[in-house]
Amino acid sequence: MQQKELIPQLYRNEFRKMAAVLCRLFGIEHITIAEDIVSDTFLLAAETWGLKGIPENPVAWLYTVAKNKAKDFLRRNDIYNEKVTLAIQHAANAKNEFEIDLSNTNIVDSQLQMMFTICNPCIPPESQVGLALRILCGFSIDEIADAFLTKKETINKRLYRAKEKLKQLKVKIEMPHEQEIGSRIDNVLTTLYLLFNEGYFSAGRNSKIRKDLCLEAMRLAYMLVENKTTNKPEVCALLSLMCFHASRFEARIKPDGELVLYNEQDRSLWNKELILNGKYFLNKGATGSTLSKYHLEAAIAFWHTIEIDSIEKWENILSLYNKLLIIEYSPIAALNRTYALARVYGNDTAIVEAKKLSQDHNHLYHSLLGELFALTDNKKAIEHFLLAAKLTRSDADKKVILKKIEKLNQKVS
Amino acid sequence: MNEFVLIFRNDFLPEAKFSPDEMQAIMQHWQEWIGGIAAKGLLANGGNRLSSNGNTVKPNNIITDGPFVEIKEIISGYIVIKAADIDDAAEIAKGCPILMVGGNVEVRDIIPMNI
Repeated sequence: MQQKELIPQLYRNEFRKMAAVLCRLFGIEHITIAEDIVSDTFLLAAETWGLKGIPENPVAWLYTVAKNKAKDFLRRNDIYNEKVTLAIQHAANAKNEFEIDLSNTNIVDSQLQMMFTICNPCIPPESQVGLALRILCGFSIDEIADAFLTKKETINKRLYRAKEKLKQLKVKIEMPHEQEIGSRIDNVLTTLYLLFNEGYFSAGRNSKIRKDLCLEAMRLAYMLVENKTTNKPEVCALLSLMCFHASRFEARIKPDGELVLYNEQDRSLWNKELILNGKYFLNKGATGSTLSKYHLEAAIAFWHTIEIDSIEKWENILSLYNKLLIIEYSPIAALNRTYALARVYGNDTAIVEAKKLSQDHNHLYHSLLGELFALTDNKKAIEHFLLAAKLTRSDADKKVILKKIEKLNQKVS
Repeated sequence: MNEFVLIFRNDFLPEAKFSPDEMQAIMQHWQEWIGGIAAKGLLANGGNRLSSNGNTVKPNNIITDGPFVEIKEIISGYIVIKAADIDDAAEIAKGCPILMVGGNVEVRDIIPMNI
């Protein structure tokens, strides 16, 4: 493999591992230094490999350089005295050299601990997602800015403030106690859910980055499932939900970035393997007494993988949306419930209910009403679709809506 | 928006037994009614159903069986909703499935407890 391709690939796979281990070793107050050391390591790799060629084992090369840089830092810093001497005293064969542990076990442990550290409600959700992308996923600042459709400086500032806050609150990098995991994991799942949704539903144009966000969220969720202490039913449910959604990734976005609606998707493009994985994790999550919103959303997503429309399908979806809304209100769930209501009881009943939702400023509300009127009242349907087109901020959505209006106009003439 | 409790009262009929199908239909009505309230963002608390098993504790160490010895009606559950005023809350209560089986809904304003 050429150096040009190799370094970005190594960056994506190895940055996060080294960063997590070093963050944990240095403590929350030196999180930026940990990041810098890993970044410098890659910089040095690019320079050296360019001159001398790619080493035989590039990963080992990176680890050795990062270890040496980390040791230099520790020696120069007070934390050497506090932490390292202690660690050496405790080590069985106390040599005078501190080993930085880049074993697989320690990498995984460090990443899990960092997950709990970053997904902390003391910093705003978008900062949690940003930090997760940087430290847990090894995204560059440019890529994060791309994902959020914002400027590099904005992301830098956002991450700086978040790190300062964590430092100020002296947040410890450690696994919560076993009794605490149940409550702490909620925060982690919320952030992973946001990360996934940012990729799946965001209006960003770069479909490669969007897909990467989803895959990263799934990878992190899978790490939680793989670990004995964090393998909770709701974690399985969230991973199941992500698998079901991701199964339609190829079908729902055209190569040019245009959205394809569920009913118009080429079902042969649905990823059967991901659907199977979704079912597997849904079953695995069906233990214990917790019924989280992820269970309900995963069950809804499961019904959506069934191609044939039956009354049973829509009755089940309606019932699941009712339960979901009773646990937690969200405008989008309210609209989806109304759509399911239409499929079970007819459009007229659903229109009456829809009008009570007070979501006049939401373009999805008008899209829904447009859809519900389309069979009976062309004029009203077009009115609502026009409002939806006016209200949406996403170009992809707008295209879809304008197409619908065009179709309705053809019906008139 | 203020919060109101909807208290569901029903005749106590120990002999009333529903078939599984009837039971499912009843549950579906309730779920859809509460789901509809939740879809409007007006459900403050999903509340609870109350079992007909219970005791009543009275002064002088007297404990009687069941909450319903002297009254025909029992409270079978409650939810907490958000509404502009008591009339608005009563309007929501009109959709309650308990009305179809002869029960009633008591709508009460909540006064926050300041202890």
